[in-house]
Amino acid sequence: MSQVNAQRGLSSRQETAPPTGRRQLSDMRIVQLFILPTIILLILMNIFPLIYSLFLSFTNYSVISSDPPVWVGLDNYTHILSDPDFWHNFATTGTYALLSVSLQTIVGFALAMLLRSKFAGSGIITTLVLVPMMLSPIVVAVFWRLIFNPSYGILNPILGFTDINTSPEWLGDPALALWAIVIVDVWQWSPFVMLLCLAGLSAIPEYLYEAAAIDRASVWFQFRRITLPQVMPLLLIAVLFRTIEAFKQFDLVQGLTFGGPGDATETVSVELYRLAFQGQFETGLSSALAYIVLVVIVAISNLYIRALNRLREG
Amino acid sequence: MANIELRGVEKKFGDVFAVKPLDLTIKDGEFIVLLGPSGCGKTTTLRMISGLEAVTVGQILLDGRDVTWLHPSERDIAFVFQFFALYSHMSARDNIAFPLQAAGMARHEVKERVAQVAALLRIDHILDRKPGALSGGDQQRVALARALVRRPAAFLMDEPLGALDAEFRETMRAEIKKLHLAQHATTVYVTHDQIEAMAMGDRIVIMSAAVVQQVGTPTEVYHNPANLFVARFIGSPGMNLVKAKVEPDGARLPGGGLAPISDRWRRALEGSGLEDGSVVLGFRPEAVQVHDGGALRAGVYADDLHGGYTMLHLELADGEIIHGRAARDAMNALGSAVRFDLDPDMMRFFNPETEMAILS
Repeated sequence: MSQVNAQRGLSSRQETAPPTGRRQLSDMRIVQLFILPTIILLILMNIFPLIYSLFLSFTNYSVISSDPPVWVGLDNYTHILSDPDFWHNFATTGTYALLSVSLQTIVGFALAMLLRSKFAGSGIITTLVLVPMMLSPIVVAVFWRLIFNPSYGILNPILGFTDINTSPEWLGDPALALWAIVIVDVWQWSPFVMLLCLAGLSAIPEYLYEAAAIDRASVWFQFRRITLPQVMPLLLIAVLFRTIEAFKQFDLVQGLTFGGPGDATETVSVELYRLAFQGQFETGLSSALAYIVLVVIVAISNLYIRALNRLREG
Repeated sequence: MANIELRGVEKKFGDVFAVKPLDLTIKDGEFIVLLGPSGCGKTTTLRMISGLEAVTVGQILLDGRDVTWLHPSERDIAFVFQFFALYSHMSARDNIAFPLQAAGMARHEVKERVAQVAALLRIDHILDRKPGALSGGDQQRVALARALVRRPAAFLMDEPLGALDAEFRETMRAEIKKLHLAQHATTVYVTHDQIEAMAMGDRIVIMSAAVVQQVGTPTEVYHNPANLFVARFIGSPGMNLVKAKVEPDGARLPGGGLAPISDRWRRALEGSGLEDGSVVLGFRPEAVQVHDGGALRAGVYADDLHGGYTMLHLELADGEIIHGRAARDAMNALGSAVRFDLDPDMMRFFNPETEMAILS
């Protein structure tokens, strides 16, 4: 009896063994099968355009001309870096990024401090504050154009300007237009900074404040020595994201001012768009400009990441 | 340095008492331990003294000054937290300097005071590290240094050794005791570990179910527990407690043995108004004297060798187990019958109804 069982056991084991053909599909093979499609897509959509545009940036190529690309060396780069118009674009972008990111940081952090303590309705208020972040930039730009409108916009009456002749023309005045974009960007993206700060704040353990109360630290001292340093890593990440976004700012400008009036709000991205897809379709030149922007963004990001690592290692 | 006085202090969370009305005077320079099982209100009491928790009713006086409604920062006390509560983003040095910097002390003075206290706790070599890179013991030393550097009127410590390994705990216990003796600062120390309490406290406040059960020196609470709770809670194992009947010749143990009672206790028991003579007899394991001529009988249920002595588990005739301390080399086979006496001076009696000790 036991012999029969033993035999049966043996044979059933043989049956459940995988067929030799399939056994060759090793773990490594499965890993490759899963990763390969992604890698192919990445190469086609990201890596190839990246390298190809690097090549194009050294040529005089235009997508609408039938001429093949002609190698012009560093001409595109020297042209961009020696043209005051481009420097003006960079200056505009820099000013815009500085204003908008610093205001967002201040407003977002302040909002987070306000919404940090739980009170009746704080949950719903937090959700409502986050709404602007969820909107498409073009939608935001369109309705802020209505809000800014000097004839029937709601902003000027709220600010106390009732006479249409003397009230500010937010999008038409070269001195105000950049500020108008900054205001909209701050309105839309302060909630993002707030969200990250809120996460950072809620991670600060309560006992640190108890210890600080025992240690006789004033409210300001607690803020400076405990709250701020504890939130700093997350705050820096928020600032990093917002800075990168600010340097790429395109859709808000396009939706609000199209870079105008004149070239008052012409950021690098808007200029890039014009070079690449309007008029002469200067693909080579615009590729060079895009590469310059990339280098600037990578450099700035590196500064932030270094600061972040310094914070972590202390 | 300061004395601390609690007058009718109580704390309610909703309708539930965390601490029932409590009166306590802590003398200047005293090391007092609040001891009790978790949830007994000892930590709440400590936090009320610190000001981290508001009292519901009552008054707290520090050196005669009413501090009941003052912010923790205005009480001149230092608090050592169970989980250290160090500022994780600062070095040990900055942690220690924090209370001095918060008070706006001059830089060179801060440096001097930090160096002093670091030398005292022997943590000079770790001052530049962050708390995350320190061992539990060193973290607690830094937390102690942060408390000491202020030279506060009183130290409040909330289970400061609870988060440490057993090995560290022993070392730190001695260090804290030594610091206390050197500083002679009033210290209120919360723990649930009765061995710690016995080892460190000048006086122990035993709490259970939001009520103070007994306040006394370690010797008092060990030898003269005020009630059955304290008798069970203090000592490991706790006091042996058996139902007994007082008879003219002595106390009749369950299962028939008769233990002689001293005259002092006989008078006390007669005056205590017990109806039928039934009491709870309490005695420490060391009151058990095992010898062949003993008047009481029991069976050996188990024996544990504790290195220096043997703890016998003795089964009385009714099945009740008592603990008795015997010599290290005493050989008692399991199940064998032994005879023993009780030291009449070490017998204690409790009222079975009220659970309170009968006083001699």
